[in-house]
Amino acid sequence: MAAVYKFKPYNVGRWVIWSLFALVLVASPLVFTNNLSVTMLAQMGIAIIACLSYNMLLGQGGMLSFGHAVYTGLGSYMAIHALNAVSAGQLNIPVSLLPIVGGLTGMGFAILLGWVTTRKSGTTFAMITLGVAELVFAMSLMFSEFFGGEAGVSGNRVAGQPFFGITYGPQIQVYYLIAAYTFVCVALMYAFTQTPLGRILNAVRDNPERVEFIGYNTQRVRYMAFIISGFFAGIAGGLAALNFEIVTAEVVGAARSGAYLLFTFLGGATFFFGPIIGAILMIIAFVLLSELTKAWLLYLGLVFLFMVMYAPGGIASLIMMNLRVAMFGKLRQIWASYLGLGVTAIVMLAGAGAMIEMVYHLQLNSALGDTVKFMGATLNTKSLDSWFGSAFVMLTGLGLFELARRQFARDWSEIQTDIEKEIKRRETAL
Amino acid sequence: MSYALELQDVRKNFGKTEIIRGVNLAVNAGERVAVIGPNGAGKSTLFNLISGRFGPTSGEILLNGQAIQNKTPYEINRMGLSRSFQITNIFPKLSVFENLRCAVLWSLGYKYSFFKFLSGLKDANERTDELLDMIHLDKKRDVLAVNLTYAEQRALEIGVTIAGGSDVILLDEPTAGMSKSETSRFIQLIKDVTVGKTLLTVEHDMGVVFGLADKIAVVVYGEVIAFDTPEAVRANAKVQEAYLGSPVADSQVGGH
Repeated sequence: MAAVYKFKPYNVGRWVIWSLFALVLVASPLVFTNNLSVTMLAQMGIAIIACLSYNMLLGQGGMLSFGHAVYTGLGSYMAIHALNAVSAGQLNIPVSLLPIVGGLTGMGFAILLGWVTTRKSGTTFAMITLGVAELVFAMSLMFSEFFGGEAGVSGNRVAGQPFFGITYGPQIQVYYLIAAYTFVCVALMYAFTQTPLGRILNAVRDNPERVEFIGYNTQRVRYMAFIISGFFAGIAGGLAALNFEIVTAEVVGAARSGAYLLFTFLGGATFFFGPIIGAILMIIAFVLLSELTKAWLLYLGLVFLFMVMYAPGGIASLIMMNLRVAMFGKLRQIWASYLGLGVTAIVMLAGAGAMIEMVYHLQLNSALGDTVKFMGATLNTKSLDSWFGSAFVMLTGLGLFELARRQFARDWSEIQTDIEKEIKRRETAL
Repeated sequence: MSYALELQDVRKNFGKTEIIRGVNLAVNAGERVAVIGPNGAGKSTLFNLISGRFGPTSGEILLNGQAIQNKTPYEINRMGLSRSFQITNIFPKLSVFENLRCAVLWSLGYKYSFFKFLSGLKDANERTDELLDMIHLDKKRDVLAVNLTYAEQRALEIGVTIAGGSDVILLDEPTAGMSKSETSRFIQLIKDVTVGKTLLTVEHDMGVVFGLADKIAVVVYGEVIAFDTPEAVRANAKVQEAYLGSPVADSQVGGH
C-alpha cells in the first residue's frame, strides 16, 4: 500500500540529469570558443573534481581538512615527473592515463598521512591536517630535486605515442581529456554516496559515538573515506599538471587548501552538487575577478563572511530552498522581495566598492594619478566629494537593504509556515 | 551453559572515586531485567561498562561466555550486544529509513563495502522496512530524524538499537521524559520488539518495572544489593531499607 505512494520516477530523472551533465561538458567549448573560455573550462573541470573530493571529507564525513592541497598537489608533482619520464622514454604509459598516476599518488599519501589524521575527529582532526599541510609545504622547499624549488617542475604534455591522432598539443584536446575525467569522477563520487560506506560516513558525520554502537569503527570509516578522497584529489592534481605543464610548490600550499575549503563551502557542502557550483565560482574568481580588481580577495572574503552568517548551506542550499518554495507554487509571492533585496544590495555594494577601490588605488596606484574608474564613473581619490558620495550611496543602500531584508524575512517565514501547513495537510490526507 | 551476560566483581574508578564497587550479576538468555536504584547509584556507568564505552578498572564481563571487558563498543556490538541511550542518540540529518538502514548494515555483512549500491541491498531494505513497521514509524519513513517528535525519536532510538538483531539489548531509561500514556504504549512496544531477547533496562517508573521485568537488579552506591524476582525484591528487607523504603519510592510502589 505504502509502496504505491512512494513511487518516484527516480531513474528517469537520474538519466536526464547525467545526460545533461555530459552534454554540458561536451558542448561548453563549442559555445564558449575563445581561448580564455576553453582554458577556464578546463580549470573548472579540474576544480570540480578537487572540490567534490574535498566535500567527501567536509560535507559527507564532517571532516574539516585544512590540508587538501597536499593530495592534489602531490598528485600533480608525481604526474609531471611521470610525464617527464614518458618524454624521456623511460616510462611507457599513455599521457591519457597520467592523471591516474596522480590519483594513485594522492591515494598513497592519504594512506600514509590519513593513518595519522583520521585517528581523531573534529577540531583535533582539523589541527592535524593543518600540521601535515605545513609539513609537506616545508618539505617542498627542502627537497628541490623533487619539488623543483622556486621554478617548480615543468613538462611537455606532447609525449609518447599519439593515440588516434590525439597529441594533447591543442588546449581543446586537453579540455576533452579533463571533461572525460570529470564526468567519470563525478559519477563515481556520486555513486560512492549511495553505497554502504558512503552512508555510514554520513552517520559518522552526524553522530560518531552512536556509529560505534551499531558495529562500525569510526576511525576506519573516516580513514577509508580519506583514502578515496585522496585518490580523486590526486586525479585532479594529475589533470592540473597536464593542463598547465608546470607544477610549483604553491600547489601544496595553505592558500590552495584554503581555496578548496572556501569554495566548497560557498557552493554548499550539504548537497552533492554544491561543490560543483563552488568550483565554477572558484575559477571565475581566480581568473576573471582577479583581472577586474586588485581587491578581489577582499570581496571574496566579504562574500564568504556573508555566506557563513546568512546561508551556511551555501549556494546549493539557497537553490534547494527556493526550489521547494517554487514546488509549492509560492515563488510568485516573494519575487518582489527578491527584487528589492537585489536592487538595494547592488546600491550598497556600489558605494562600498567605490570606497574599497579608492583605498586600493591610494595604496597601490597613487603614482598613476588621483582618479580611478569604477563602474563607468570617474572617482577622484583626493576629492571629498567622491568619498562622501560613495559613503552616501553605501549608507543609503545599507538602510534600504535592511528594510528590504526585514520585509523579505517576513515574507519568507510566512511562506515557510504555509508550506509546513500544506505538508501537514497532505500527510493527514494520505 | 553460560549466561547471556555475566559480570564478575566489576569495579570502576574515576580518579580516586570508586563508582562501581564490585558488581556481580548473571543474566540468563531471554530474561528481562530491570536495573533500578537512586540517581547516581551507577546504573548508567554499569551500562557504559557493559557496552564498552569505557573499560572497567577490574573484573570480568562475559557476553555468552566470552570476555568483553577489554573490547571496543563496535566489537561488542558485533558479538551481539546493543544498547540505547538515555539522551536520544540518533543520526539527526538522516531520514528515519536511513537511520535504521545504517544500523542494519553491519549485521547483514555489508561492512565497509563501497562496491554495492544501497538500493540494491534487498535484504537490508526489507529488514529496514520491517523495522519501520515494528516501531510504527512507517509513515515517517523519509522524515529527517531531527524533525521527529520526542516520542518518535525515542522509538527510533529503540529501532536503531534492535536493528542489528543483537540478542542482548540494553535500554538506558527508554521512557525518560514521556507522559504516562506514552509510557504505557512505549513499554508495549519494547515488549514486542524484544521478544525472545535478553533485555536489561534502567527504569525509574516502578509501575513499569514491576510490569515489565522478570527480575530486578537493585543498584545502590555502586553495588547490586539485590537481584531477584520482583516479588522477592519487594519483600527484601535490605532493599526496603536502602531504596524502596524511602518516601519517594514508597509512593511510586504504592501507586502500582
